[in-house]
Amino acid sequence: MISFLFYVFSALALASAVMVVTRKNPVSSALFLVMTFFCLAGIYVLMDAFFLAVVQVAVYAGAIMVLFLFVIMMLNLSPDELPAFMNRRIKWAAAALAIVLTGSLLFLDLSRRLPASPAGELKGEVGALGDLIFGKFLLPFELTAVLLLMAIVAAVIMARREI
Amino acid sequence: MNPALWITLGKILVVFALTLGTVAYMTLAERKVSAIIQWRKGPNRVGIWGLLQPIADGLKFVFKEDYVPQTANKALHALAPMLTMAPALMTFAVVPFGSTLPIFGMEVKMIVADLSIGILFIFAIASLGVYGLAVGGWSSNNKYSLLGGLRSSAQMISYEISMGLSVIPIIMMSGTLMLTGIVDWQGNHLWFVITQPLSFLLFVISSFAETNRLPFDLPEAEPELVGGFHTEYSSMKFASFFLGEYANMITASALIVTLFFGGYHLPFIENLAFFDNHGFMLGMLHVITFMAKTAVWLFIFIWVRWSLPRFRYDQLMGLGWKVLLPLSLVNILIYGIIILGFGLGGTS
Repeated sequence: MISFLFYVFSALALASAVMVVTRKNPVSSALFLVMTFFCLAGIYVLMDAFFLAVVQVAVYAGAIMVLFLFVIMMLNLSPDELPAFMNRRIKWAAAALAIVLTGSLLFLDLSRRLPASPAGELKGEVGALGDLIFGKFLLPFELTAVLLLMAIVAAVIMARREI
Repeated sequence: MNPALWITLGKILVVFALTLGTVAYMTLAERKVSAIIQWRKGPNRVGIWGLLQPIADGLKFVFKEDYVPQTANKALHALAPMLTMAPALMTFAVVPFGSTLPIFGMEVKMIVADLSIGILFIFAIASLGVYGLAVGGWSSNNKYSLLGGLRSSAQMISYEISMGLSVIPIIMMSGTLMLTGIVDWQGNHLWFVITQPLSFLLFVISSFAETNRLPFDLPEAEPELVGGFHTEYSSMKFASFFLGEYANMITASALIVTLFFGGYHLPFIENLAFFDNHGFMLGMLHVITFMAKTAVWLFIFIWVRWSLPRFRYDQLMGLGWKVLLPLSLVNILIYGIIILGFGLGGTS
């Protein structure tokens, strides 16, 4: 049953990921990206990582993509008004990058160099994750906070030239 | 199939039917309460005291013409009402509406899914409700709808933050993310409305904003935006938006009761000796207590709508970002100090 659901979610995620890059309408692309995030959350649930799944939905689908959609709707560009960066050269570069990435992941997986899944260690327990974040990985966690603060300051400066 | 699966299916069916039934009668309650507040009689023609009015309204919605604007994005226009309805009906799955009820010799937990991350699940699913409003507003290809959709997405994101942060002191005190755990902590100690009045205030204000109810119903402010995001909707699609809004209101009321008013616990009465050997009666008492408390909060939602004027948009954003957000951060700090300093809280 679980492996069946895994294939369902994976197929849906891949299909909607393809739709994200092939749709002409940016709003449809954004909605298919939400669908992809949702399927990934489903796969996390199958791995017993409930916390990760819920955070995936709450942060990516519920907050970040809403902001994306907000901006897309605000600009409301029609397909022929879209900037010319969607030219052939960019498409080829993106395709090459995707192939390299898939190839290296396949290589790592086939040569068994990927680290073991931490899902067994965590068992979906929020407490276990909290112990890891605030214990073993405290420094990287705090550094992320500083990085986010820097991003906020930069965004404010870019939005208003004089403060 | 094993019996556990059947029981879960049964619970889903009961919760679904109860929520939809309550939604139908909330529309009647809204009109009746507003009539009383405004010194009118309200609907009183269909059935005794207007009790069959929701059925008449439902039939009317079904037979109305389903009009889609020519320039609308047809697929997304049809998808939007579903995107509103589904999350609104899903969230109730993790709300405990009773303790346990002995049915056919089995102790059945009165909750559809007792997730270890219950409260986060609610926030995650509730944050998806905004897509219906935003997509509905955009796909109608109408400037009033678009403005309504934009307003709703900005409003939901702003108030989600203070809503999530206002619950953190509760999680710190009870030491669990499970809603059943939070309810039991309140049953053993004190209700959170007494120990955490500021969190309560922040949560209630944010849930009014999240459910798009007055004084925060800017996405559909009719004097400025015609009907807001649902201007171009008719028939059952409009009804779906309507039902979704009321279902959200029911979930918000149930959540306020669960988090701050002890959930299904009824102090003193439930400790009577009579209930020690009447397990079924105790279970029923818990379910009825929960429903009664939720009904009180639903009444307050209606009462507020017909008593308060609407905010201006800049006031709404100012309140969210400049008042509620700093207050909720200070609130976390205060309770952190209290819990550390006095050794309170249920963390083991």
